[in-house]
Amino acid sequence: MIDKNTMTLKVEKSLKRRYLKEKIFKSMGFISVTVAFLFLLILILDITIKALPAFVQTQIVLQVDLNEQDLGITQQSSVDEIRQVDFRRVIRNALKKQFPQVKKRKQKKDLYSLVSVGAEYQLRDLVLANKAILGTTQKVTFIADDDVDALIKGAIDRNDEESGRRVKDFKLNLIETLEKNGQIEKNFNWQFFSSGDSREPELAGIKGAVLGSLYTLLVTLLMTFPVAVAAAIYLEEFAPKNRMVDFIEININNLAAVPSIVFGLLGLAVFINFFELPRSAPIVGGIVLSLMTLPTIIIASRSAIKAVPPSLREAALGLGASKMQTVFHHVFPAALPGILTGTIIGMAQALGETAPLLMIGMVAFIVDIPQSVTDPATVLPIQVYLWADSPERGFLEKTSAAILVLIAFLITMNAIAIYLRKKFEKKW
Amino acid sequence: MNNNTDQKTLDSMHAEHGKTVGQPFCQDAKFSTRNVDVFYADNQAIYDVSLDMGKNEVIALIGPSGCGKSTYLRCLNRMNDTIDICKVTGQLLLDGQDIYAKDQDPVLLRARVGMVFQKPNPFPKSIYDNVAYGPRIHGLTSNKAELDDLVEESLIKAGLLNEVKDRLDAPGTGLSGGQQQRLCIARTIAVQPEVILMDEPASALDPIATAIIEELISELRKNYTIVIVTHSMQQAARVSQRTAYFHLGKLIEVGETNQIFTNPVHDLTEKYITGRFG
Amino acid sequence: MTISAILFLLVLLSAFSYFMGRQKIHAVYQQQRQNVDTNVRSKAKFTLPKYFGYVAALWSLVPALLVLLVIEVVDAPIIENQLTEYMVQSNINVEENFDLYLNEIHNMDADYLTDADPAKVKVFEKLNHLNKIASTAKSVIVLALAILMTVFGLKKITVGIPARQYFEKAIEIILLLAASIAVLTTVGIVLSVFFESIRFFGEIPVVDFMFGTQWSPQTAIRADQVGSSAAFGAVPLFVGTMLISFVALLVAVPLGLMSAIFLSEYASSGFRSFAKPVLEILAGIPTVVYGFFAALTVAPFIRELGQSIGLSVASESALAAGLVMGIMIIPFVSSLADDVISAVPQAMREGSLGLGATKSETIVKVLIPAALPGIVGGVLLAASRAIGETMIVVMAAGLAANLTVNPLNAVTTVTVQIVTLLTGDQEFDSAKTLAAFALGLMLFLTTLVLNIIALHVVRKYREQYD
Repeated sequence: MIDKNTMTLKVEKSLKRRYLKEKIFKSMGFISVTVAFLFLLILILDITIKALPAFVQTQIVLQVDLNEQDLGITQQSSVDEIRQVDFRRVIRNALKKQFPQVKKRKQKKDLYSLVSVGAEYQLRDLVLANKAILGTTQKVTFIADDDVDALIKGAIDRNDEESGRRVKDFKLNLIETLEKNGQIEKNFNWQFFSSGDSREPELAGIKGAVLGSLYTLLVTLLMTFPVAVAAAIYLEEFAPKNRMVDFIEININNLAAVPSIVFGLLGLAVFINFFELPRSAPIVGGIVLSLMTLPTIIIASRSAIKAVPPSLREAALGLGASKMQTVFHHVFPAALPGILTGTIIGMAQALGETAPLLMIGMVAFIVDIPQSVTDPATVLPIQVYLWADSPERGFLEKTSAAILVLIAFLITMNAIAIYLRKKFEKKW
Repeated sequence: MNNNTDQKTLDSMHAEHGKTVGQPFCQDAKFSTRNVDVFYADNQAIYDVSLDMGKNEVIALIGPSGCGKSTYLRCLNRMNDTIDICKVTGQLLLDGQDIYAKDQDPVLLRARVGMVFQKPNPFPKSIYDNVAYGPRIHGLTSNKAELDDLVEESLIKAGLLNEVKDRLDAPGTGLSGGQQQRLCIARTIAVQPEVILMDEPASALDPIATAIIEELISELRKNYTIVIVTHSMQQAARVSQRTAYFHLGKLIEVGETNQIFTNPVHDLTEKYITGRFG
Repeated sequence: MTISAILFLLVLLSAFSYFMGRQKIHAVYQQQRQNVDTNVRSKAKFTLPKYFGYVAALWSLVPALLVLLVIEVVDAPIIENQLTEYMVQSNINVEENFDLYLNEIHNMDADYLTDADPAKVKVFEKLNHLNKIASTAKSVIVLALAILMTVFGLKKITVGIPARQYFEKAIEIILLLAASIAVLTTVGIVLSVFFESIRFFGEIPVVDFMFGTQWSPQTAIRADQVGSSAAFGAVPLFVGTMLISFVALLVAVPLGLMSAIFLSEYASSGFRSFAKPVLEILAGIPTVVYGFFAALTVAPFIRELGQSIGLSVASESALAAGLVMGIMIIPFVSSLADDVISAVPQAMREGSLGLGATKSETIVKVLIPAALPGIVGGVLLAASRAIGETMIVVMAAGLAANLTVNPLNAVTTVTVQIVTLLTGDQEFDSAKTLAAFALGLMLFLTTLVLNIIALHVVRKYREQYD
């Protein structure tokens, strides 16, 4: 039996406590990681659950009388004449025909508000597309009003007390009658993808915002890519080691950390006020975003250029190529995959930016789909912001759905970047 | 029968059959290792090494670079545990107990078997805190006064106190190379180990500092068992009583230091000490 | 002539120069080859004709472009000047704000002149006249210059000149200019924010702004109430920003640090390769999404939680916004912490383990103190990010300029106020909108200082171990 000395005994005494501390410490670390994961999971689940109803749209099927005399047009009428017709009255007639017992004015209001205010344009477009339906009675599917939509989806609980319900008993009865007749349909919400913004939740879509984002990103890409690559090439290949170049580098590193809203202020003061570019246009948004992503892409491009081995440069120089030729014919193509990856990641960041674009006015309520980079437009994250502020219940699901679309775009872009990186990862 | 001839015959037999020549074992060893193999993933680094390290002796492990002496040394305090792909098999007994047994605690082991590294690695703390680190975490002292005494004592034993006694709060990294290494030795001693492992402790130091360290080792022998890896044969000759020669992961020969360097038995040993390789 | 037309013509001209220049040299080379004895191989090093073409093209394009740029910038003020002089000469007086007046003039349509004020019509017609002159002058000057330079350039192109070097030097200068755009941007930011702030401080004293505790920027619109009801004391904003950032850091620093430690010291490589990208995802989610989640899910949840234990929680509490912001910042802290802890040399770990320390003791007593400067730098960077964050607070924090340190109340921040002040309908230089720039100045300076200190600290720390 070995005689354990006092030191050993003391150490043995301390071991239990110390190993307990070790366990606690390790689990603290594990818990931290788990908390972050859980938060992410909850975030995604919450938004997805909120978004799912948005992809389905409640619609009402009505028998509509397209009597030519009543409308005042014929199959030979011009487009303008057809546009002048009051299709709203036609729809109201259809509703009255189905519910002839509705007499009082307030009740009539409830009846007419079953379909969306956009229903008349639906009917008009139907006639314009196919004038042959004039003179017939057609079964037409109209978009339901957002209250009806909310009720059918269960967001407004029909079992609640009438006083606490947004849809009162009378209207509820009308809706339930339609349901029993099979006149309520739930179809995929194409409207969401094909319309621009609207004050009515049931008519609102993200097409305007998506195109706005597209145009803005296009401008951003066109402006930032050449400048960033040129700057990176200069700093890595040609810049002498002097104070001026140091100063440029310091500036780039600092710009990368400036809050995005300050760029918005810059955009407002310089581009909108001094240069008088059009407010709310993708072109200004693009310029501001390109200044913001410039440092990111410069830094990524510099890494890519740095990674090209000197042996490649030496081979070219050894053959008598000038510095410029070496860089543009050999180094740049070799660094290109890395540069592209960095650019895509920069663009993905720009896609999600909101604050600076708020400053330059892309927060206006814009219904028209933008056709060019100088038309007023909004971008997807701002559309999310605007809808999030809206009180109507129908916008809650639309906001969540728009977020899903945004995240889908981001995932795609990042996936492409990662794929590119893996595919072209050369082992020098 | 003549013992010498017996030994000689035994030795040549061993040499022929690839077994360790000389006297790898001793009576009442502090550290006793048998059939130790070390693998890094699929590569074997140490082949079937059996060696004893006696109480209060200095034993030097010598051999050309990459022959596995450091790897073997690190098995003795289970430092190889920190490397995922490293596997150690065999029997390693400290005072008769297998240090790799499931119920043996590496923390306790390392308190009993200290290590001084090749490049001095003092913590970015004050000199006092460097030395006090070990005693603090192990709870060796119960009040400040005791700790002060322990720190002072350790610095004395490491031969450093005189040079730093009025600046114990200064950062340990501010000392010269030789002083830093002595600080590391002080810090190891403060934990009151029984064995001190030294992995080429003077190789990063200038000759004067080296001489001081070597003198220190001879002093320390009185109270500790010391296993020192060195690639300097002269150093081995100066400080150790026994020497073990490693070659490509195998233990070739072990014997009295004098004998190894003047009259090596194995062919390879002779080639090494006469400078044919290494 | 529109700018696009001018630019198009310039491009045509430079293309012309390119081809002419190249052809000229090509012809000379042909000549040289014929003159030389066919048996003698010429040792002269030829510069490809295309470089001569490039240089000629640059000659015709660049000076004209520069002049065009200068004219573009300078013409608007000059026209305005002329217009003002004309108005003074014709005794046209303007009672209202001059910028507004000009705006109206700009917006007048040539078709609807009959109803308008005759004085305005005169000014409008003068403006049109001036614009026409400017446009014609611009086209003439720029194109004439371009043609001149084309001829001059082509004359200068001879075989002797080192065309490729000139060309490459020109490219190098272009690259340098590209790199300087970063500087230009910083200058732009500083100037724009600075100038508007100066105008603001002309109306509201700096001391009132920096130390005042009442923030209600609703100035009246009518002239007789100018400034009377507005208060621009920004202290509640500063405190609100600090409060929310503090909550965010309280969440992000422990979670981020411990995550980094766990992933680099304890986790298996499989777990690590899964966990690190997930943490990065947190950084990639747009802040507007965080804001939405904070406002619609987290804030009500905290409110209910608080009420169930008897605390009164605002529906837009600083706690909710700070919490979500904290989670967003975790990747910043964890990735930097990971970097700096990995930078601590292995020898330090081995020294500690060799003395019999456990892993957690090594981390807490040796690694973290050694990496502390780097970690502090990371925290400062995260703080800077939190202070500059906009969308989460716009959507989840309030507009109420409360001076409080209780995170259960609603507070507002500097960034929220900047957004609020600038996304309404008001003219550009009322004190209200200028206040936004003053706030922007504060924000920019604060984050700049934090960033500089952080980067400096991290760099010094790295140098220690390299």
